[in-house]
Amino acid sequence: MSPDIHAIIEQELKLIAPDIDLAAIDPKHDLREECDIDSMDFLSLVTALHRRLGVDVPERDYPKLITLDGATEYLRRKLAEL
Amino acid sequence: MSEFRMPSLGADMEAGTLVEWLAKPGAPLKRGDLIAVVETQKGAIEIEVFQEGILDRLLVDTGTTVPVGTPLAVIREIRAAGAIGAEAEAPPCERPPPTAPKRPRGEAPVVTPFAALPIAPATGRVTASPVARRLASLHGIDLSGIKGSGPTGAVLLIDVELALRSTEKAPAHPQAISSVAQMRSAIAAAMTRSKREIPHYYLSQTADVGAAEDWVRRCNTDRPPELRVLVGALFVKATALAVRRFPEFNGFFMERAFRPSDRVHIGVAIAIRGGGLVAPAVHDANTLSPDALMAAMRDLIGRVRAGRFRSSEIADPTITVSSLGERGVDTLFGVIYPPQVAILGFGRVVERPWIRDGAVVPRPVVTITLAADHRVSDGHRGALFLSEIERLLQEPGSL
Repeated sequence: MSPDIHAIIEQELKLIAPDIDLAAIDPKHDLREECDIDSMDFLSLVTALHRRLGVDVPERDYPKLITLDGATEYLRRKLAEL
Repeated sequence: MSEFRMPSLGADMEAGTLVEWLAKPGAPLKRGDLIAVVETQKGAIEIEVFQEGILDRLLVDTGTTVPVGTPLAVIREIRAAGAIGAEAEAPPCERPPPTAPKRPRGEAPVVTPFAALPIAPATGRVTASPVARRLASLHGIDLSGIKGSGPTGAVLLIDVELALRSTEKAPAHPQAISSVAQMRSAIAAAMTRSKREIPHYYLSQTADVGAAEDWVRRCNTDRPPELRVLVGALFVKATALAVRRFPEFNGFFMERAFRPSDRVHIGVAIAIRGGGLVAPAVHDANTLSPDALMAAMRDLIGRVRAGRFRSSEIADPTITVSSLGERGVDTLFGVIYPPQVAILGFGRVVERPWIRDGAVVPRPVVTITLAADHRVSDGHRGALFLSEIERLLQEPGSL
């Protein structure tokens, strides 16, 4: 069974930014703006997702992960390729 | 015998609350060992010890607030030691396993039964077990709002855990409002002192960081995310190397005199979610490779987020770097954190038209600012210092 990627991203986001209201995040808007996270936080998120899902996210693909929807779609596709 | 005292963790600290003992009586201590956790306006801070010896006895109970300088424990020096048992013979670099009891179980006040704890109701303090107090403190929960299930209504660990669980849904950050207010007042005290006592001057320089960004990009290409470097680590490294050549920006102004530091401990300003900021130190940043520096910064930011950093990190930065990151502004005008004498600001990296080899080209640039203490240095040297940072950023391979 494939993991619920959306839920995993949300869990990891919550660890980085415990004060965010996940329900209020616009999934089509820039995550960094939505969650007020900086480049170090974003790198922590990518690191956590890499560890958890085993998916490599090269730096040049960062723009594809900029929204919650984009990140979910990107990781789903990468997982299917594994 | 020597006394271990409540340390001063910044110019603005007058008192601290002992939250937890991390070493037990009888334990061998070496320089840098963690001995206790102290709660200050900046949060819970792990305190390192600077004496070698054996922890003889504790003088202050957990939960007690005492002024800076108050003796907290007695440490027996190892050299004075005919009377010390076999445990003192262990080489200082070998740490005993934390669980190994050094004394017969009955003697060691490791897990003091709650009822035996001396608690002074006269102070109006809520009765609570040390571990419950610590958890509540870490999460900024007010103990008086928790109904205790222990003897005489004392708050136990389970009560705090239940209280935490019930607040999980709340949108507020665990850093509760009261601790945000405390941090605001700590920042206010330090910054007021800074603006009152330090004659600041400000300089600004815009630097091309294309080479630094290219270096970072190449470096990260084949690396897993946990080993990737951010350009911010290069900013810190360039500052650390440059300040070695400009010692008048690195050190403390105390008792009407500037005392330069021969080591470079860079305070990295880190915003705390929910409000406030701290600038704990990356020690000897000039000696660290960019990779090691990046790892140290990640570790520091992670521990700040978790509310745990060490006494030396808070007390001894010799200069501060503040970088507002990619979503910040172009230019940052810093306020010096006393008793330091300089703060560097790095704006966000932006693409700007730049003249290179006689042609206008788009380049990533960053505005670097310096706020420095006019009692110690002048604009001329400040300008050279900024130029040196800019120059170093053009040769990222040598950082």
